[in-house]
Amino acid sequence: MGYLDGFAVTFRKLFHGTEDGRVVTVEYPKKKRAKAVRFHGRHVLNRYEDGMEKCIGCELCAGVCPAKCIYVRGKDNPVDDPVSPGERYGFIYEINYLRCIHCDLCVEACPTEAITETKLFEFSFTNRQDAIYTRDELLVDDDGKPQRLPWEDWREGEDVHTSAWMRATAPSGAAQYEDQVAWAGELGYGVRPPEHGQRLDEEILVATDEAQADDPEEQVLHGVDAQTHGEINPQGHPHVGEGDVHS
Amino acid sequence: MDPLFVTGLSWSVVGVVLIKVVAVFVFLLLATMLMVWFERKVIGDMQNRIGPNRAGPWGILQTLADGIKLFFKEPLIPDRADRRIFRLAPYLSFVPAFLVFSIVPVGGVFANGEDGTVTILGHETFLQLANPPVGILVALAMSSVAVYGVMLAGWSSGSKYPLLGSVRASAQMVSYEAALGLSVVSVVLITGSLRTHQIVAEQAQGIAHWTLVAAGVVPFVVFLLAGTAEIERPPFDLLEAEQELVAGFNTEYSGIRFALFYLASFMNTITTSAIIVTLFLGGPAGPAPVGPPLLWSFFWFFAKLIVFLFVFVWFRATLPRFRYDQLMDLGWKALIPVSLGWLLVVAAIRIAYDRNYSSGQVLLVALVGGAVLAIAGLLLTAAMRTAQRRRDLEVERT
Repeated sequence: MGYLDGFAVTFRKLFHGTEDGRVVTVEYPKKKRAKAVRFHGRHVLNRYEDGMEKCIGCELCAGVCPAKCIYVRGKDNPVDDPVSPGERYGFIYEINYLRCIHCDLCVEACPTEAITETKLFEFSFTNRQDAIYTRDELLVDDDGKPQRLPWEDWREGEDVHTSAWMRATAPSGAAQYEDQVAWAGELGYGVRPPEHGQRLDEEILVATDEAQADDPEEQVLHGVDAQTHGEINPQGHPHVGEGDVHS
Repeated sequence: MDPLFVTGLSWSVVGVVLIKVVAVFVFLLLATMLMVWFERKVIGDMQNRIGPNRAGPWGILQTLADGIKLFFKEPLIPDRADRRIFRLAPYLSFVPAFLVFSIVPVGGVFANGEDGTVTILGHETFLQLANPPVGILVALAMSSVAVYGVMLAGWSSGSKYPLLGSVRASAQMVSYEAALGLSVVSVVLITGSLRTHQIVAEQAQGIAHWTLVAAGVVPFVVFLLAGTAEIERPPFDLLEAEQELVAGFNTEYSGIRFALFYLASFMNTITTSAIIVTLFLGGPAGPAPVGPPLLWSFFWFFAKLIVFLFVFVWFRATLPRFRYDQLMDLGWKALIPVSLGWLLVVAAIRIAYDRNYSSGQVLLVALVGGAVLAIAGLLLTAAMRTAQRRRDLEVERT
């Protein structure tokens, strides 16, 4: 056929879809694609399992923020009714989403995993005041779930993985800490299990091969499952002693 | 027929013309609306997308929604624009698109001794808005006028990209008009008339009489390619090459004026398809197994029309855009020589027929013509190769 091959290709596509289905597009507002496990979305302020706030008002997030969109003021905890377990707590916490670039540097900087990002990016406001999220709006509710504000488009299951990125690399992103639980519990979730790390161990290679054999859509779900239920094989990971940590 | 109304003007004549004008106007607007939807839907399928599906069933009212939106948008005029010409240009490209369709016979029974007339309001008439003696030349003239629409739109915008786009467009349209005209001449030689009505009547006897067969496939292919270039559809849509020219000649247009350009381009697709059907595929000719033959004539015309509309969409989904020098090479070094040579061969055979040569002699004329054509083609190719080689040498020297 030579020059005319292209015509056959486009004509075939009239009747046959791709391997994944008839079309590659999704009817967006009706249906959404699964979001990546470490998607950067709107922030939340997490709480400990007993309901105490994690934020200690240290302002490291505000200091590291390249867009200068975070404003924090710390204050001593009231002696009779402490807000956070430590000495101080985040008295004012504001994020301006007209400036935020969702780089996640605040999440990395936070020493107590108080601030993490959800996967919500579908929020739009009609005035600038709504764009500035205050501490009351960012704080998770009594079930540990992010609050759903009227101008945000939350769907079922989107508020589950609110701290995935932080747990994957913390602390300090060192690969030796793989599978080491080095984080505190969270309200509503308890101590979240570790997830598969970044190292190319033999067993991880096998695991990815299995995942690739499946449907690509299911592969995304696999990742989410692994994260939720913490399905990890404890074998084959070198033990990291205390001495190694500090060397 | 009484074009100058020397015997007076009756109300029935005026009524017939009014009915026809309204019918053509409404048909073209509706067809354009559906064509935009059809194109977006088919391209969507070819690219494994969904395409418009919000407005109306299967998104069929999408164009209407777009039109209403554009109608209520602010029509901007740039500061440095030539305001009067800027306002005029959209109509210069919209009106010719309409006028071309007036010479297309959309129906009528031509077989079995009938001449395609119908009786409306007690007045015998053809199923086409006008049947001027210059016939198909009206189509060529209107496509030349449409160049002004594009050219003046780019010129009057007072902006660089529109100007570049319109310069490209006018150069392209002028170049391809030559090939377009030469391929039409072959058709006219075969059918012996410029009137579209006569052209269709000559082809009514059967597929062997369709000009697609009778004049050889070459004029048809040349007309299809040159026609695609003439209406600026992909792969010849250089005037709106987004990567190079933003949106081409209509960059500065907005609102209803932009809508006019947009509609005109789709209307041109419909009218060009209709002209191809008329010139090469016998227009409304086709078998009428059951029922009134008049309805069948409409059916065949629109069936052929839709095939070509699909072909234009198919081109767009398949072919990447031409580079500018490739476009000019194709026009000047391929289409024009081929259509000119073919025209001479067709003319020679026509003369042989007119002088009542025997079939052997006609075959001889055809063979000699073909041989001359082949030699001329070889010479032309050799000349172009030599010219290219000398240019390359000159580039090396500098």
